[in-house]
Amino acid sequence: MFNYYLQLGLHSLKRNPALTALMVMAIAFGVSASMVTYSVFRAVSGDPIPEKSSQLFVPQIDSWGPQRTQDGKPPGALNYVDAMALLRAHQSSRMTLIYSLMLSALPHDANSVPSQAIGYAVTADFFPMFNTPFLYGGPWSNADDDHRASDVVISDSFNQRMFGGANSVGREITLSGHDYRIVGVTRHWNPSPRFYSVWGESGFGDPPDFFLLLNRALDLKLDNTGRSSCRGQLTFKSWDQWLQSNCIWLMPWVELDTSADVAHYRQFLESYSAQQQRAGRFGWAPNIELDDVPQWLAMQHVIPPESRISLVVALCFLVICLVNTIGLLLAKFMRRAGEIGVRRALGATRHEIYSQYLVEAGSVGLAGGIVGLLLTAAGMSGVGLLFEPEIARLAHLDVSLVGLTVAVAVIATVVAAVYPAWRAAQVQPAWQLKSN
Amino acid sequence: MQIQPILAALRKHKAGTALIALQIALTLAIVCNALFIIHQRLAHIAEPTGVDEANVFVIENMWAEQYNTQQAVSNVEQDLATLRNLPAVQDATQSDSYPLSITSGSDNFITLKDNQVQPTTDASVYAGDEHFLRTLGLKLIAGRDFRADEVRDSGQRDVVTPPVAIISKAMADKLYPNGDALGKSFYSMSTNPVTIVGIVQTMQRSRLGSWSAPYAEQSMVWPVRDGSPIGVFYIVRAKPGQLAAAMREAPKALYALNRMRIINPKDGILSFAQVRQRAYDSDRGMAILMGIICVVLLAITGAGIVGLTSFWVGQRRRQIGVRRALGATHRDILHYFLTENLLISLGGVIVGIVLTFGLNLWLVTRFELSVMPLTYVLSGVAMLLMLGQGAVFAPALRASRVPPVEATRPA
Repeated sequence: MFNYYLQLGLHSLKRNPALTALMVMAIAFGVSASMVTYSVFRAVSGDPIPEKSSQLFVPQIDSWGPQRTQDGKPPGALNYVDAMALLRAHQSSRMTLIYSLMLSALPHDANSVPSQAIGYAVTADFFPMFNTPFLYGGPWSNADDDHRASDVVISDSFNQRMFGGANSVGREITLSGHDYRIVGVTRHWNPSPRFYSVWGESGFGDPPDFFLLLNRALDLKLDNTGRSSCRGQLTFKSWDQWLQSNCIWLMPWVELDTSADVAHYRQFLESYSAQQQRAGRFGWAPNIELDDVPQWLAMQHVIPPESRISLVVALCFLVICLVNTIGLLLAKFMRRAGEIGVRRALGATRHEIYSQYLVEAGSVGLAGGIVGLLLTAAGMSGVGLLFEPEIARLAHLDVSLVGLTVAVAVIATVVAAVYPAWRAAQVQPAWQLKSN
Repeated sequence: MQIQPILAALRKHKAGTALIALQIALTLAIVCNALFIIHQRLAHIAEPTGVDEANVFVIENMWAEQYNTQQAVSNVEQDLATLRNLPAVQDATQSDSYPLSITSGSDNFITLKDNQVQPTTDASVYAGDEHFLRTLGLKLIAGRDFRADEVRDSGQRDVVTPPVAIISKAMADKLYPNGDALGKSFYSMSTNPVTIVGIVQTMQRSRLGSWSAPYAEQSMVWPVRDGSPIGVFYIVRAKPGQLAAAMREAPKALYALNRMRIINPKDGILSFAQVRQRAYDSDRGMAILMGIICVVLLAITGAGIVGLTSFWVGQRRRQIGVRRALGATHRDILHYFLTENLLISLGGVIVGIVLTFGLNLWLVTRFELSVMPLTYVLSGVAMLLMLGQGAVFAPALRASRVPPVEATRPA
């Protein structure tokens, strides 16, 4: 029966090629605009670490006081003094501190020029906390942290650049004039958004080339190339004075496995702040936050407003295209009232008429989906014009998007056809036959 | 023209009428808001920087060795001397940032008193020497440029507060609205006051974003030589028409002088046109996307009206024939369909105006857009009414050509 309805439908579509083309194009445009913007939205709004996003937390302490913070919320990073106090307290199963580095990588041959390497200073816990995958070797140990070792983990692409992709574990590398021992090489790993460093970064930049042992980086006074934020009157004249200032720049993360651990850590942050108040360092009551990954990403407004607005506008556009389709389907179906009358008189039930017209609409939707797929593919190649390069490159047409495009087109068209098909099924055979 | 019979006929096509009206309403809402977004983004892109954009380019120079302040500063001075000696170069300066650089800088809160807690403004701050204004082509409208002996060296995490600064007119007006800012002072996160010795017409901020809207065009330069161990920006002004040559010569000359530096081959050297392009990427993209959506939407709505009206005309051939036989002219029939469409469109735009403001209000609360002026809605309404009339014209013309003899044929 389905095949017969499909044949009837295709036949009827061929009778009004202009009207059919109009419907197909409307659906195709509506669906492809939605899909192109959705692909960008999907790329920027995903959970970057789904297996652990509810166990990783950003502890925040108000170190500026209510008059200097925004909306009464504690600032999004820690100053050196508080960061080190939290690290030393060992109140979570794992903890890391992160800041951004930009170093030079020395070439092997004397003729080439130094190249830039970007990375982060982190502690040993960083790697197991964020499930960093390793190609060779592994992370350094907590003991290495304490010994302030010159250890570094490099990325596979940096390993390719510097060592031609060979297993470089145990070899030395010179970065900005200092030598480091390579302990591990990561596989390609760049969570999108790069949740662990979104304070002050877009979260969608190039993957880091290296991870350096935090204590070593601090000893060498390697400066933070990421964001820093200070309040009040600045008086520091040197690196050591800067470390004691109220400037925030270190990104803390803790791993808390159970809700009891979370409650305990919250309590710890409260008591730490209260202690600082008693000591006279903070002139205000404790004000702390402990956000997990989704809360943190929402707080940092990681999703660019452009990708939300364009998705909303594209979805509205799809709705208009569907309203357009409802009108055209209604016209098309009702034009065949006579034919419906004959079929009903010859014994077709309302239900059969209804099914027939839904199948016809479905075939329009399928055609719209296929044309929409072509438009989506074309739109994907032009997405670099519409969004910032580092976000545009995240959007791609994969199997799930292809399936979604066709499914949305067919389902939306069938939904749009519900009312016109119902109207067609309501045709009174007697009237139609009489008026003929 | 009688409206009564048209309304009576429309009552027979409730669903079709409602669908066209709904489509017009939604189209109005989307098109108005999209046009408004386009206009805002284009206005943002058109903001002047004050820079001689045709001739200026920027080199991001990172040091490959960890220099102390003295080493870094002497390297910067040597580099600048080399750059200024190039045949295609007019002048060169150094800074930690520049207009539209979008680098992640630090906050720079400005206060009028040293014990003031809530800042008066948040201005972009550039480190510049006595060549800064001339190199960028910034127009000094009051006061003087820096003198060479005023420039101080600043190293790693070393707060240097020079006693003088040159500020943008927007910042001067914000601090001293009476226009007497020259010679007065302010505080820039320090205990020492900074005296305004010069005011420039326009000097764009380094970072833009909705958060910086209240501080638009507020920026300042102070006489500091950047001896940061990380690196420095060289801003170079080419002689007129020699930008390409200067951009080719500059990195070669710098590497010849000292190889231990990084000028990223990808984006280490940018003409100001490229700087501008990068700074406004998302704004331009948004304007293009909204433009495409507007055009396609209007086309689809127009085509939809043509389709439905054609269907109605086909359905009513007999009635049209009867009317023609009873003495109605071509014009009467034409006017009938035009008026019918006008009535439906009017219904649609009335609903559409409500939807337009609703959508705008939602965008205002969710995305910090500003409130749409009424002129947008009015021009949107005019556009859609014209679109409706234009779309209906061809089918209406066909209807008016239906011969009276149709009345005698069976439907």
